[in-house]
Amino acid sequence: MPKVTFVDSAGTARTVEGRNGQTLQELAEKNNIPGIDADCGGACSCATCHVYVAEEWLEKVGKPTGMEQSMLDFAENVTANSRLSCQIRLSEPLDGITVTTPESQH
Amino acid sequence: MLEGRVVVVGAGQAGGEVAIQLRRMGWQGHVTVLGAETAPPYQRPPLSKKYLAGQMATDDLWLRPRETFAEERIALGTGERVVHADLDARAVTTGDGEVHAFDHLVFATGSTPRRIALPGAELGGVHVLRSITDVDGLRPALLPGARLVIVGAGYIGLEVAAVARGLDVAVTVLEAAPRVLARVTGPEMSAFYDQVHRDAGVDVRTGARLEAFEGDGQVAAVRLADGQRIEADVVLVAIGIVPDDALARASGVHCEDGIVVDADARTSAPGVYAIGDCARRPLVHYDRRLSRLESVHNALEQAKLAAAAITGAPRPTEETPWFWSDQYDLKLQIAGISAGADRVVLRGDPGTRRFAAFSLAAGRLIAVDAVNAPAEFMAGRKLIAQRAEVAPERLADTSVSMKDILGAG
Repeated sequence: MPKVTFVDSAGTARTVEGRNGQTLQELAEKNNIPGIDADCGGACSCATCHVYVAEEWLEKVGKPTGMEQSMLDFAENVTANSRLSCQIRLSEPLDGITVTTPESQH
Repeated sequence: MLEGRVVVVGAGQAGGEVAIQLRRMGWQGHVTVLGAETAPPYQRPPLSKKYLAGQMATDDLWLRPRETFAEERIALGTGERVVHADLDARAVTTGDGEVHAFDHLVFATGSTPRRIALPGAELGGVHVLRSITDVDGLRPALLPGARLVIVGAGYIGLEVAAVARGLDVAVTVLEAAPRVLARVTGPEMSAFYDQVHRDAGVDVRTGARLEAFEGDGQVAAVRLADGQRIEADVVLVAIGIVPDDALARASGVHCEDGIVVDADARTSAPGVYAIGDCARRPLVHYDRRLSRLESVHNALEQAKLAAAAITGAPRPTEETPWFWSDQYDLKLQIAGISAGADRVVLRGDPGTRRFAAFSLAAGRLIAVDAVNAPAEFMAGRKLIAQRAEVAPERLADTSVSMKDILGAG
């Protein structure tokens, strides 16, 4: 059961436990984590579940797909650590991962 | 003033969201959400896609777990249909006779599938698709080799056609208009999706005139005005939705094919709001013309606008309306509203199954339909919101990146 820490833009950290195969966005939604809107419900259609992956986890999380990268290219305040949380699936190697949510999703 | 009682009538995506947003914006008072369905607020878009295909569990449809509503001190009354709203007495009454007093009332009553007025429409095996219950009733009939007739080639009809082909169901789509998706997109996109469905083995018949559903208790065929008879084991009627505005109208709120609201989701009655499918709102990117938008974006945006109006929090800025549809391996993302376009510009080759159709009016971009083309969709959203004048030849030129077009727009 991988643990995930969500840090909001004010610096408040919330650690919750997920299950393998679940996406980070689904986990956030189930645990009432603020800062992730996911208007489209996780269909990679809206870019409102943007998160910043902590530097040390970037390699394990991997790179965005072409579709996701194209969405991110036009999202606000994108950095090299940006991912869409609906496209990150939890697995044991991601146990302990930390992501930060942006100030706003637009 | 962050105290008082808010009652939300309707527990769909709009109703659930306004309750959560009220808390996010600091509302301290009572929040009650009353919904006729027994399920907690859930996502409807997957109903005609992954959920119908059996690739998504019911629990994964919930927008938020019930515990979240409890944690947020939101009284979620599911299976409670509101039958009367008294705006003078400031109270609503449920079918069970429960009375809920309010200071602020939000109508989030949603919509109902449009019924078809034809003989045999009440036969067994004739379905509509709007709720979890509807899908749970339809899915067992989608067996390999079964014959499904879909009436209506809008997004719901075509999404179901795609899912059904994936389940080896024989599918016929009957559409009264001369082309598929006629109400929501231009001829170029219609032609593309028509061909996609034909290639997948769907029997698409446009310009179809239905006369009756035939069968003895259970539907067995659909009869057309030209005398043709199409045998069917199951029928889906997907010809649009009508707003559920009867309760609001009976309470004295101004309605015109939907509950008429201002930009902040206020109805004609003080302290009474309407959001989501049931509301008719001014479109700020389209000369403030009044329109109903049947979409998740609309439900969520109006939920935020109503919550801001109730709490006095800063109002969010309206975004370009957007929609999406998944059919087969195609992700269609739509920004804006193409009605009123005087020119359509294609970018990319539809034959590659990755292209976009840009709709312009008087030189400005008003909509984009993007197939497997997220950059065109994302850039289009921004260009539409900026009311940008865009050179058609640049849009058509795939060697000019959408970033460059956006930068120059």
